[in-house]
Amino acid sequence: MRLPVQLITGTILTGFFVVTVALSFFWTPHDVTILTIADKLQTPSGKYWLGTDHFGRDMFSMLMVGARTSIAVAIVAVGIGMGVGVPLGLMAAANRGSLLDEVIMRGNDLVFAFPSLVIAILITAVFGPSALNAILAIGIFNIPVFARVTRGAALSIWTLDYILAARTCGKRALRISVEHILPNIANLLIVQGTIQFSLGILAEAGLSYVGLGAQPPTPSWGRMLADAQTYIYSDARLAFLPGIAIVLMVLGLNLMGDGLRDFLDPRIRRER
Amino acid sequence: MISLQNLTLAIHGTPILADVSFEIPQGQISGLVGESGSGKSMTALALMQLLPQGSVVGGRITVEGADIFTLSESEMCALRGNEISMIFQEPMTALNPVQTIGAQVAETLFIHGKASKSEAAKIARQMLDRVGLPADRFPSSRYPHELSGGQRQRVCIAMAIALRPKLLIADEPTTALDVTTQAQILDLLQELVAEENMSLLLITHDLAVVAGMADHVAVMRRGELVEQGPTEQLFKTMTHPYTKQLFEASSHQPDRVGDAQGIPILEVKNAIREYAAPRTKLFHRPAPFRAVNNVSFTLMRGESLGLVGESGCGKSTLTRAILGLDPLQGGEIRLSGEPVLAGEHMPTSLRKKVQIVFQDPYGSFNPRHKVQRLVMEPFHLTQAPENSRDHVAEALETVGMEADAMDRYIFEFSGGQRQRIAIARALVLHPDLIVLDEAVSALDVSIRAQILDLLADLQTRLGLSYLFISHDLTVVRAITDRVLVMKAGEIVEQGSTEQVFTAPKHPYTQQLLDAAPVIPADWQETKHA
Repeated sequence: MRLPVQLITGTILTGFFVVTVALSFFWTPHDVTILTIADKLQTPSGKYWLGTDHFGRDMFSMLMVGARTSIAVAIVAVGIGMGVGVPLGLMAAANRGSLLDEVIMRGNDLVFAFPSLVIAILITAVFGPSALNAILAIGIFNIPVFARVTRGAALSIWTLDYILAARTCGKRALRISVEHILPNIANLLIVQGTIQFSLGILAEAGLSYVGLGAQPPTPSWGRMLADAQTYIYSDARLAFLPGIAIVLMVLGLNLMGDGLRDFLDPRIRRER
Repeated sequence: MISLQNLTLAIHGTPILADVSFEIPQGQISGLVGESGSGKSMTALALMQLLPQGSVVGGRITVEGADIFTLSESEMCALRGNEISMIFQEPMTALNPVQTIGAQVAETLFIHGKASKSEAAKIARQMLDRVGLPADRFPSSRYPHELSGGQRQRVCIAMAIALRPKLLIADEPTTALDVTTQAQILDLLQELVAEENMSLLLITHDLAVVAGMADHVAVMRRGELVEQGPTEQLFKTMTHPYTKQLFEASSHQPDRVGDAQGIPILEVKNAIREYAAPRTKLFHRPAPFRAVNNVSFTLMRGESLGLVGESGCGKSTLTRAILGLDPLQGGEIRLSGEPVLAGEHMPTSLRKKVQIVFQDPYGSFNPRHKVQRLVMEPFHLTQAPENSRDHVAEALETVGMEADAMDRYIFEFSGGQRQRIAIARALVLHPDLIVLDEAVSALDVSIRAQILDLLADLQTRLGLSYLFISHDLTVVRAITDRVLVMKAGEIVEQGSTEQVFTAPKHPYTQQLLDAAPVIPADWQETKHA
């Protein structure tokens, strides 16, 4: 059995970032909390591998530490979205047409109606700005996305004969949902998960950009992008580097998601 | 005149067609018969030059002497719909749901530049009239969802013949339709061929359909034409063994003797099942739709009971009630004397007495599980025995499968094998009653014959009772002792199979029997002589 190329490429890319994050806890080339104004806006050199920013902080170290915030926010946010949204969606599909279905789906519509930024502002207004609140805001925003995708896909599976066969075996809705529905919509959820993960990184960048996410001195890719804005014409490198990091991370995740989907499907797996 | 000469086709290196040669004479009906995978649909797609990517063709197809393989794609587009057009099996998905039927018929005329928009609309109207959709009942402004399957197939035919093509290809045009609707569509096609001097290439798996329709028949197997000739002559002589085999399989009669004992296993008394109809007014609740109306019957142990009816007659609804999946609004259902309760109230000891086999061998199994787990599923009702693998192996062997099939995934099996596995799943708990919901309808005739033999054999060996639900009268006649005819939620006629089939009393039963296509009796006799 051969592994799909996508899965390998995606895992290598994602693995690279994970290793970098792990390394950042023990070692970075420079301390990102110390400002060396004399060395500001240096071009890449032996001392500063990717140059420095407008405060003289080492860009490479910033990217390493910033990855922590970005990835943590995205993982937890997708986790909240999946952990709450998928069961809600399965529940709605199992009781399709009932009052419960209506309540769940209309509740989702209500959350859906507020962009993540508005939810974040709301949470920030109550609890104050922090990376944790950004996570919560993005996570809450993810719930209806997963609930909807899950319900839609589950509804089409519920009409199939093998579900009827399972019901004639006396299996209850919960068991059918876990045993038959979930594995058959898993491919969709994996793909949706990687998309939401990418969007999570971007949303964190957006929230940090307006000052609602990670607070200084904690670096994040989003903050780095935001700070680079004023220097976009004089030194585009400051925006380019975190931008590239986000692109590569998202690309890696998408490839891994697609590869994983194919790998987990016994039909496709056997055909390779 | 359209002729195929030594047509070969390979897709991604896999040979699909080998050396197919036949002619489609003007103004006649040519039948192309074969089982699934025989290449009959690919032959049609080759004629239309609509083959999938990676196809490599050889040989020649000529339309009025012109080789269509030398035509460019834009020349081919001009030919499609204009000289050659096609209708498909599934009328439900062949029409665009957001366009009116008038617009869809007119579109063909308009894009070929044969008429202005207003003229096209006028011709479209005539075409709809022509296919039996008169303007007063079916205005051009109707949408596909407002029509039944047969009516939609008529719209497809109207689209296909709007430009008066030389050749109409009909790929299983009536397979998805009810038997009475099938008869009407076949009549319409026959009439169009006679009046428009058009050729029809009728692709089907059903020998009885070609016997009644075609002037010439070609029989295909595994990409090759095994036999062809004028219909009557071909049926009478049947020189090729495969043709004979196909013919015998299609009218296969499994060896079985009804062994009904006097013990009732399933009793349905005055069953009523209603659905809430959709609300149209805010404060007015509409009368519920009654899908099963006052149905009563008894099924004896060891008996095989047929339930015949067209789509929408309530047979599936009744089945769901018998399986204890949906509640009844009136009457009762008893299984071995105990009442069937819907949903989770039904005791497991009762539920394990009845199992079901479905029509679609592809949708009946969770594709993520291996066969062992699939067959074991009914053990959810009892405790899974310690030697469950042995039970699964035994069930698989009972239905004629190898025991080591249990470690493979379901997609590795063919349709017929899957249907055997479905029967194994139904058998694993040793139920008293098996509901066979169109269980052989989706299978090729030769596979169908094997499954029917298996069912007959299992009944004799295990003393099973069958409730055999089907729209296919030939099959019901072959496998059942008694038959119920259902129409619009009611049972209109019941009696022993032989009696109902030879001397139907109710006009609806007579209509059903008349509509079913048959191979003329004298053609068959000649063969046996």
